[in-house]
Amino acid sequence: MRVPLSWLGEFVDLEPGTTPEDVHAALVSVGLEEEEIHRFDLTGPIVVGEVLSIEPEAQTNGKTINWCQVRVAPGDELAADGGPAVHGIVCGAHNFVVGDKVVVTLPGAVLPGPFPIAPRKTYGHVSDGMIASARELGLGDEHDGILRLAALGLDAPVGTDAIALLGLDDSAVEINVTPDRGYAFSIRGVAREYAHATGATFRDPALAVTPAPSSVEFVVTIDDQAPIRNRIGASVFVTRAVRGVDPTRPSPAWLIARLKLAGIRSISLIVDVTNYVMIELGQPIHAYDLDALAGGLTVRRAATGEKLITLDDVTRTLSPEDLLITDGSGPIGLAGVMGGQTTEIGATTTNVLVEAANFDPVSIARTARRHKLPSEASRRFERGVDPAVAAVAAARVVQLLVELAGGVADDLGSLHDATPAAAPIFLPTGFISGLIGLEYTPEAVRTSLAEIGASLTETEGGLSVTAPSWRPDLTDKWTLAEEVARIVGYDRIPSVLPVAPPGRGLTRTQMLRRQVAQTLSAAGHTEVLAYPFVAEKANNLFGAPAGPVVPQMRVANPLDGEAPFLRTSILPGLLQIAHRNRSRGLTDLAIFEQGQVFRPLAGVVYGSTVVPLGAVRPSAHLEAELNAGIPPQPFSVGVVLTGNAVRQQPGRPAVAAGWQDALAAVQQVALATGVAIQVSQGSHQAMHPGRTAELFVTTDAGPASVGFAGELLPAIARGFDLPAVVAVAEIDLSLVFDRAGAELQATPIRTMPAATQDLSLVVDVVVPAGEVLEAVIEGSGPLLDHAELVDDYRGAGIPSGRKSLTFALRFRAADRTLTAAEASDAKLAGVAVAAARFGATLRE
Amino acid sequence: MSDPTEISEEAVSAAVTAALTAISSAADSAALRVVRTEHAGDASPLARLNALMRTVPNDRKAAAGKLVGQARGQVSQALTAREAEIGAAEAQAQLAAETVDVTAAASAWRPGARHPLSLLQERVADVFVGMGWEVAEGPELESEWFNFDALNFDEDHPARAMQDTFFVDPPEAHLVLRTHTSPVQMRALLSRELPVYVVSPGRVFRTDELDATHTPVFHQIEGIAVDKGLTMAHLRGTLDHFVKAMFGPEAKVRLRPNYFPFTEPSAELDLWHPTFKEGARWIEWGGCGMVNANVLRSAGIDPEVYSGFAFGVGVERALMFRNDVKDMHDMVEGDVRFSQQYGMTV
Repeated sequence: MRVPLSWLGEFVDLEPGTTPEDVHAALVSVGLEEEEIHRFDLTGPIVVGEVLSIEPEAQTNGKTINWCQVRVAPGDELAADGGPAVHGIVCGAHNFVVGDKVVVTLPGAVLPGPFPIAPRKTYGHVSDGMIASARELGLGDEHDGILRLAALGLDAPVGTDAIALLGLDDSAVEINVTPDRGYAFSIRGVAREYAHATGATFRDPALAVTPAPSSVEFVVTIDDQAPIRNRIGASVFVTRAVRGVDPTRPSPAWLIARLKLAGIRSISLIVDVTNYVMIELGQPIHAYDLDALAGGLTVRRAATGEKLITLDDVTRTLSPEDLLITDGSGPIGLAGVMGGQTTEIGATTTNVLVEAANFDPVSIARTARRHKLPSEASRRFERGVDPAVAAVAAARVVQLLVELAGGVADDLGSLHDATPAAAPIFLPTGFISGLIGLEYTPEAVRTSLAEIGASLTETEGGLSVTAPSWRPDLTDKWTLAEEVARIVGYDRIPSVLPVAPPGRGLTRTQMLRRQVAQTLSAAGHTEVLAYPFVAEKANNLFGAPAGPVVPQMRVANPLDGEAPFLRTSILPGLLQIAHRNRSRGLTDLAIFEQGQVFRPLAGVVYGSTVVPLGAVRPSAHLEAELNAGIPPQPFSVGVVLTGNAVRQQPGRPAVAAGWQDALAAVQQVALATGVAIQVSQGSHQAMHPGRTAELFVTTDAGPASVGFAGELLPAIARGFDLPAVVAVAEIDLSLVFDRAGAELQATPIRTMPAATQDLSLVVDVVVPAGEVLEAVIEGSGPLLDHAELVDDYRGAGIPSGRKSLTFALRFRAADRTLTAAEASDAKLAGVAVAAARFGATLRE
Repeated sequence: MSDPTEISEEAVSAAVTAALTAISSAADSAALRVVRTEHAGDASPLARLNALMRTVPNDRKAAAGKLVGQARGQVSQALTAREAEIGAAEAQAQLAAETVDVTAAASAWRPGARHPLSLLQERVADVFVGMGWEVAEGPELESEWFNFDALNFDEDHPARAMQDTFFVDPPEAHLVLRTHTSPVQMRALLSRELPVYVVSPGRVFRTDELDATHTPVFHQIEGIAVDKGLTMAHLRGTLDHFVKAMFGPEAKVRLRPNYFPFTEPSAELDLWHPTFKEGARWIEWGGCGMVNANVLRSAGIDPEVYSGFAFGVGVERALMFRNDVKDMHDMVEGDVRFSQQYGMTV
C-alpha cells in the first residue's frame, strides 16, 4: 500500500515538515511494515509557459522540428532560471498550437532519470530548455506529444511553478499490510493508524459523505447456491447510477499525480475516480457502462464450463466456485476480481452504474489464485473490506463524477446489506495486564479500545467490547490484548526472565550427532549441507545395495524438474558438491554431511486422506494415524573423498584417497558413538565389486547392516564427472545410535611385563585377514593382551594363490611375568584355530 | 727417544707432558680414543714406567710409586675432562645438524571443518539448554495438520498455496516439507508433560528460487514455553537474555507489532548491535508472540489455565549479519572453502 502524504494529510494532521521517513517510523511503531519511499524525483525550475510562436523546420533526416518562442515569465521579468522572459526552444512534438500553455523545464532543472536540463545546440539553434511530456515528468506513460495544460483542464499564469501545480512535489510511503489489517489498504485506515502512533487528530473520510437513498430500485439478486465454507459470496451490494458524464473530460492533474504515487496508472476519468475512491476508502469499486447492461444484476456461482472474457482480453473458463456478476446477457464480471469486456467503461460511456459490494474473502482469494489474477480489488477483499463503507464509497464516486465529470446523480440504485451484527467480546478485568505482564489501568484499556473504534459497555467483571466494522480480525480477548499493547506501545513491556524447570540437557542422540560431526571434521572432513532433492535414478542407485527401484517420495511442485525426489541417501548430494568443488579447482576433497533421508517402505500408502481441524486436539486414534502417515526419516551420515588424502609435501609423497579412507571415516564414527562397527567384504550396485565393505553393528538379534564403505564403481564416478577413484561411506546413524549408551564394563589394566611375538600365517588370498586375526585372538586365549595385522605379503617364497599375513602379538598375564614358553603355547593355540578354520600354516 | 730404564722425574714428566699435549690436541672422540690408548693404555710410556717399579729398590719404592701414580692420575683426569668437553661439543653439533625448517612441516593430517550453520544452531541450543530448556526435533516431511492446521493456519491461508509450500505426491495425502520448525513445537506440546520449555532447530523448506538472499532450503530455530502465568514480559526477558548470550552484553531486542497466525499478540523481533557491518542498526531477525489460544487448544491445552510464548529466528540470516556473509550461495553450494574459513568454531 502506497500512501501519498498530501492525501494522508487530508484525514490526519501532519506536523509541518513531516518527512516520508517520519511517517514510516510512526506507522512501523504501530505494526505496519515499512517498504520504500516513492517520489517524482525531479527538481525545478519547471514552470508554466505560453507558446508565442512555432516555426516548423524540415530537417535532412526527414523529421520536422519546431523552433518555438515560449514565454516563461511575465513582462520583462527574469525567468526562474535567471534567463530572459522568452526562451527559444526546439521541440519535436506537433500536438500544440500558438497560445497553448505548456510545461517548460528550464536549464538547471532535473527530470527523472536523472535527466538534467541545460541549454544545448541542436538543429542549428540553442534550445534553452525543454517543453515536457507527461511521461518525461513521471506523470504517465503517454508519449504522444507534449503535455498541454488545457488537456488536464488546467490554466495558470505564465511562470507559475509547475511542480506544485501538477502535484509533483508530493511523495508516498509504501507499507506492507499484514493479513489481519485489511483496513490499512486505504488512506482512511493508514490515517487512523498514523493517529494512533502520533496522537494527531483523525478525520474519518467515511463520515464526510452521506449516502442518499435511491428512489428507483435497480434490481440486484444475490443467488448463491454454493456458498464456500457456508459463507454467502456477497453480503453487501450497493449500486448507484450517474448519467450524463462527459467522456472527453480529462482527469485533473492532482488526481493523476496521487494515483501515480499510489502505484496506479491513469486510464480515464471514470476509471480513475473508481480507483481513487478505492485507495481512499479501501472499498473496491466496479463501474459499468449502464447502457451496455442487459437488465438487473444477479450475483451467482459459475456453472461448470461457463466462460468469461475479462478486461485483460483473456477468455476464462470458470469454476463452479467462482462468484460471478451476471446480467441478462450472462456473466459480465468475476466478482471482486476483474470485470468483463462487454460492459466495460469506454471512450463514449456517458451513463455509469457504480457497484460497491462486499464479497467473501475466501471466495475471492480462491478465484484470484485459480485464475492467477491478483488485482487491487482482490487483494483488498481477501483481507476483508469494511462492510459499512460500501454505501459511502458509492456515494463518494457519484460525488466525484458529478464534480469532475459533469455527471448528474441519478435516482436509480440499490442497497443490499446482509452483514451480520458483530458479536461482542467479553474482556475480563485484568486479563490484558496478566497476559502482557504490564499493569494497564482500566482507563488505558478503555481509551486504547475506543481509539481503534471499538464500542464498549461495562459488564459484570469486565468490558463487553464490540469491534468496529473494519476490524473483522478482532475476534477474542487475545486480539484485544494486542490492540491495547500496541496502542500503549510494545516498548513499554518489561523484561522478565522466566525460570524453566531443571532440564535434562541434550539427549544422547543429540549429543552423539554433534560428536559424529565434530569427530569427522577433526579428522579432516569438511561438513557441507546439500539440498535433499535428487533425481529418481540417483535414489534407485544409492537407496539400496541392489535392485532396480527403491520406494521414494516425489515433490509435487519441485523447483528443479531434474531433481524432484526426496533423497534416500546422502551420497548423491555429496557427489554433486564434490563435482562443484572440483570444477572450482579444489581437487583434494574429504566432505561429509549428516542429515535426514526419506525412506518410505514399499507398499505403504503415506499421508492422510483427512486433515483434522485446528483448535481441537485430535483423538489419540487420529493423531496415531497422522503419525503413521509420515514416512521414516532416519539420520544418516555420508562421506566422500577424492584426489589426495595426503598432499605432496617436502619429504612426503602424495597419498591418493581410496577405500581405506572411507573405512577410516567409518571407524571415526564408531569412535564418536562408542559403538563397534564391524566390516566385512560387501557388495553394492553403485560400488566397486572388489573394494566394498558392508558395515554391521551387533544387536540382540545378531549383526544388523548399517551401511557401506569403499570406492564407487569408476563408471558411476565418471557419471558424476568425478575421477575414477572416489571413496564413499554412508552409515544409517539411527541404527548405530540405537546401540549406543550401554555402560562399559572396564577391564583391569595388566601391569606385569609383556612378551611380544610375531606370527606369520600363510592362507589362501581370498581369506579375509580380519577373520584370520579373529581366529588367532580366539585361540590364543586370555593371555593375549593385544594383536594386530602388520603385513600382508604375496610373492617369492609364498605359493601362488596364497598370502602371508604377519601379526604382532603381545602376551601378558595379570599376576606374573610370562615365560617365553607360555607365550609360545598361547600363540600356537591361536595358530591351531586359524589352521582349523582357514587351513592356515606357519610360514617357514 | 729410547725407553727409559729407570723411573726418573724427567722421564715421568716427559711422559706426562707428551700425554697432556696429545689430549688437548685431540679434536674429536675418535682421536681421543687413540690418545687414551697411546698415553694411558697398557703400552703407554707411563705404563711402561710403572712396569719398572719392580726394579726400584725398596727404599725408593714409595717415592717412585707416588711419582708415577700422580702422573697417571693427572693424565686420566685430563682425559676425562677432555672427553666431557668433546662430548658436549659433539652433542651440540648433532643438534645443530638436526635443524629443520618448521615452516615447511609435512603432515598426513588435513584440515576439516564444520558448517557454520550447524555450529550456530548448536550454539543457540546451548544457550537455551543452559537456561533449563530442552531441544526438540521432528520430521522434515510433515503432515499438513502439524505444519498448518494445528498452528491456526486457516485452510485458505495463502502460505498453503502451492506457490509457497512443497507438497509431495499425491497432494491429497496432505504431506508437506515443513515450512517452519513450528510443527515440532506442536509435537512437543502433544507429547510432553506441562510445563514445556523447548527449542527446535532444523531445516525448513519454501519454494523460493535460490538467489543472494533466498534459498528453498534453510534453517530456523524456534522456541516455545507453555506454563501457568507466562506473559509477554517473559518473552522479552527470554529474548533479551538470548541475544546477550549470543552476541554480547551490548545486544538489544525490540518488539514491533506484527501478525502471525500462531501467535496473538504477535511481534516482529528486531536485533540491535553496535558491531554489525554497516554500523549499529536494527535488523529484522524473526517473529514472536504469545502462543495463539487456538494453538494451545490444538494440543488439548486450556488457554484459560495456561499461557505461552514462542519465537523463531533464521539461522542463515544470523550468519549473514553476524559474520558478514553477503551471498546465500556461499552457504548452500558446499564449496569447502566456505566452511574451512570457520574451522571448528563459529
